[in-house]
Amino acid sequence: MARKSARDRMSNEINAGAMADIAFLLLIFFLVTTTIVEDRGILVRLPPWAEDEEIEQIADRNVLSILVNAQNQLLVRGEREDISNLRERSKEFIMNPMNLSNMPASPRDAIISLRNDRGTSYETYLEVYNEIMGAYNELRDELAESMFGEKYEDLNIDQRREIRSEIPMIISEAEPTEFGEER
Amino acid sequence: MSRFRKKRGKASPAIQTASLPDIIFMLLFFFMVVTVLRDADIIVQVTTPEATELTSLERKSLVNYIYIGVPYERYQHIYGSSPRIQMGDAIRGLNDIALFIGEHRLRVPENQIPAITTSLRVDGDVTMGIVSDVKIELRKAEQYKVNYSARPRIE
Repeated sequence: MARKSARDRMSNEINAGAMADIAFLLLIFFLVTTTIVEDRGILVRLPPWAEDEEIEQIADRNVLSILVNAQNQLLVRGEREDISNLRERSKEFIMNPMNLSNMPASPRDAIISLRNDRGTSYETYLEVYNEIMGAYNELRDELAESMFGEKYEDLNIDQRREIRSEIPMIISEAEPTEFGEER
Repeated sequence: MSRFRKKRGKASPAIQTASLPDIIFMLLFFFMVVTVLRDADIIVQVTTPEATELTSLERKSLVNYIYIGVPYERYQHIYGSSPRIQMGDAIRGLNDIALFIGEHRLRVPENQIPAITTSLRVDGDVTMGIVSDVKIELRKAEQYKVNYSARPRIE
């Protein structure tokens, strides 16, 4: 009689409860190791490399020159400027709402020229770049709103192209000067 | 009355756990698929600056990373304490950039080569000298699409 009961036990179902434990263990391992790294940043397009660059003469009124020195101070068109004003300043320069003679006649002519020292910190450089991008993005948004009644991001490719031809983003970066201590 | 009584008698006390592994496995597979095991060991310390005008990078296979920063303390006896360039999982020099970009191009279908983006993960305290040198090398290597990696600014 005892033998029969042993056989009974063998024909029992496999206990699947432990399977959940194993799966949980694996799950926790992957939970811990997962790093959903999302890389975000400012997307730019570098100009092609040319050994001896042609120097183009551009009318002064079309250029907003921004200098950032090794002390991370800003010089916009020869005068000291605070980084927090840079966005408004660039917007005003690009659109030239008052039709001043020292600013471009149309946004298509506007060029922002950026120059820094080798000792400028990357953080400051990116902050300046961010403000310029921000100025352009805001202007494009405003134009998109008035032309199509939508934000620039929500437009289709053709509409975007139209906006981009109206307000192109021209940022010229000069070679950095040798000033400043590098670390 | 008798019907109710019968039902109560039949109800089994234990909860069915047989399908629990299936649910857990489903979660497991989700995380296995989503997981990207970081392939590069980071040698240089990088804290990217904050910015507002961000775009997120898609298509991980079309992105390569260049890290610039001061090596971590445990590596400083090998690499020194001034900012260095890391590509892949090694510290490399400026002249290796073209090679690094070339290696990545080989791994990508030809029609997608123009979409390759180089993500510069640069520490905020690094000075522009080394960054400009890297940018010039990238331009020489005809790698024009560049992303300055940054963190979103919380205001």
